[in-house]
Amino acid sequence: MKRMTLTVLLLAALLAACAPVDLNAPLPVYDTGVDPNAWAQIPAGEFYFGQFEDEVTTEAYEIMITDVTTEQYAAFLNQALADAYVRLDGEQIVGYYPGDVFHGVKHEEPIEAGDWIFIPLNDPALRLQFDGSTFTVQPGYEDHPMTMVSWFGARGYCEYYDWRLPSEVEWEKAGRGADERPFPWGYEILRENANFYASRDPFEDMSSFGSRTTPVGFYNGNTYDGYATLDSVSPYGLYDMAGNVWQWTGDVYEGMHYRFMRGGSKDTYEMDLRLWVRNNATPTYFSPGVGFRCARNP
Amino acid sequence: MQFIKDRFTYLFNSTKGLILVAIAMVAMVTAVWGMLSGPMAEWGVREVVVKLLGMDMVQAEREGRIIILYHSIAMAIVAIEVYMVTSLLKMKPLMKTVIRAIITVGYIVTMVFGLAFAYFGHNWAFHGVYIAGLSLMFFGGVLLTIALWPWNKEYYQPDKDYARTKNGVDVERMAFFATALTTVLSALFGAVPGSYFGNGFQVFLAENVIRLPEKTTMQFAIIGHLHIMLALISIMLTLIIGRWLEFKGIWHKISMPLMILGTIVLNLGVWGVATPLEPIAHMIIYVGATPSMLAALFLLIWSWNRLIQEGTAHLQKPNIGQKINALLRDPLKFGPTWQMLFMNFTTSGIGIFMAVKLDEIFRVWPAREERIELTGHWHVLSAIVATIILLYYGDMLGFKGKLRQLYGWGLIILSDIAFAAVTIFEMKRLFISEAEQQPLVNVLMYAMDFGLAMLLLLLACVMVWRLVDLFKKKGRWTEEVDQELSQEVWK
Repeated sequence: MKRMTLTVLLLAALLAACAPVDLNAPLPVYDTGVDPNAWAQIPAGEFYFGQFEDEVTTEAYEIMITDVTTEQYAAFLNQALADAYVRLDGEQIVGYYPGDVFHGVKHEEPIEAGDWIFIPLNDPALRLQFDGSTFTVQPGYEDHPMTMVSWFGARGYCEYYDWRLPSEVEWEKAGRGADERPFPWGYEILRENANFYASRDPFEDMSSFGSRTTPVGFYNGNTYDGYATLDSVSPYGLYDMAGNVWQWTGDVYEGMHYRFMRGGSKDTYEMDLRLWVRNNATPTYFSPGVGFRCARNP
Repeated sequence: MQFIKDRFTYLFNSTKGLILVAIAMVAMVTAVWGMLSGPMAEWGVREVVVKLLGMDMVQAEREGRIIILYHSIAMAIVAIEVYMVTSLLKMKPLMKTVIRAIITVGYIVTMVFGLAFAYFGHNWAFHGVYIAGLSLMFFGGVLLTIALWPWNKEYYQPDKDYARTKNGVDVERMAFFATALTTVLSALFGAVPGSYFGNGFQVFLAENVIRLPEKTTMQFAIIGHLHIMLALISIMLTLIIGRWLEFKGIWHKISMPLMILGTIVLNLGVWGVATPLEPIAHMIIYVGATPSMLAALFLLIWSWNRLIQEGTAHLQKPNIGQKINALLRDPLKFGPTWQMLFMNFTTSGIGIFMAVKLDEIFRVWPAREERIELTGHWHVLSAIVATIILLYYGDMLGFKGKLRQLYGWGLIILSDIAFAAVTIFEMKRLFISEAEQQPLVNVLMYAMDFGLAMLLLLLACVMVWRLVDLFKKKGRWTEEVDQELSQEVWK
């Protein structure tokens, strides 16, 4: 009898572990009132960079106040396909990248000139739909950050509009402002500040599909169906600089093929939401927890 | 007054009392601090604990806090090993007393003042006392190394059944000596960069700099230090378990020189990361790890063989079932080497697999996935060390019959459930996508927490029993006051 009980328990655990995830589970839809087409002005000058607060100077620049949304990216893909800036290659959208200088450093992988993946088309986590000629957004995800996009896809988007990915320094300054704060809004973090792992926002269900993205600018102090967020804007007026999705940055470092991401995501604990925390991956990497925003010269 | 004096004498002047205090300290810290991260944080338990205990946890200082926590627990584990070594091996009584006194003050001061500094406001006087505690541990280690000097004729091995040189020098004692000496040197290897970075308050965790192509010598030293200290704690524990099990014969004679060779080469490789040898340091480390692991394998072969032989001595021709039954009849003697074997599935094997598949895994995975694997595998290794100590401690407590089975198998099964779950969690990206992982993650988290929580509950039961026992006039503690581990090796 004891063996039977144990076997049943084990089988139940295995079945629970293998339960399919409904990636298209119903999604709450809220209007955050934040304009994803808006840009913030970042003045020239010094700021505290990194965990150890090195004083670093930047020129003035502008940066998007939110991550690029799925709707913005779908519009880009439709125009870029028409312009032959990107093309369909099997089950993915690819675009040209001029390549990195290869230094042959230990663990470095060559990134050669050529067409590289922007987004995969066959991944069920992609929130875009493609009918062979036009991209549309999965309903409800229009104002969510664009995810499942590689570094090439993020860079390609920004460059298409004559913008660029922010450098790590630019990204951090835009999130941190002039003081030593670890989070865009200050020194401590609460669940209502940002979308992180098990932060109990209305979009997550840890018992089934887990954490999902929140619409850009969601944490702006508004209350959504009784869920009150805290205004978590950065000193320069940027949203989602901590949590929701990791954000690709533009630096290409000598001797390494990895590209760096900042900000933490819906899938990481709050420690990764501190502004100086770095993540990195090969530039072809894409994930439901990685997005980006662009910067430009004034 | 006599009541307190007697208990104090037991707890701080006897081998088993000292081990009990250290285990209780580690258990308390693990139970409380275990509630500050992972699922406990998700479920909101952390917030309650922080508020209840009045902890002051500033987000920006997480790395520093964690480093002090690791050192606090590690010092208690090192102290337990020192108590075991000084009880199992012959040495001058004065040296034994002095070493134990220094080590005991050292780890308690490190733990109490370190954690008080890190988690309860930053009283810098506490930080100073914490550093003093670490320094005492270092000094205790130096004295232990001197006490273990194997070329003293008093300590020669007269019995030819054990590994010994032609002159009779005890090769097993040489292995203990080599491990103690390299541990002291490797502590220094961490202390120097620790001071360097601490001076500028530039605290970092090794797993966060692992992908930087150009690491500084000091960063390499930190990475090397944490790896080698855990390896040396494991090697010392393997030697201790071998002594407890009365390891001898041909396997012992092959094993002990390998242990010495492995320890020295492993250390040279690790120290090499901070020298021009860095490009080949990993190769030296692999070369060093191989004889060490072979030595542990030989201990396993020998001890399992002995368990089977003794358990089937009454049978003329035992069949395979009877042999397995004999092997598993005593979980406390079977457990330590089983855990060493299990380690290969959860730690060493994973490391080798990752190294072989480097281009498909770490060159592609994001750094945060790599960090999960890195932190996971050494948490498991640390926990395996803890379970082996607890298995040996169960034998020290004299558990017999069903209680011995319950305690032993409880420790083995519960910990292995948790370790297996951690291992699958580390490797999950190989077989499941991020978007679809949550149900698997939930089951693995439950398995980890169930295993660890039940294990801690088992340990808590033992600790409560020991606490109650201390209030008894003729409790078990009165029997343990004069007991030494050297009298209780497996005859």
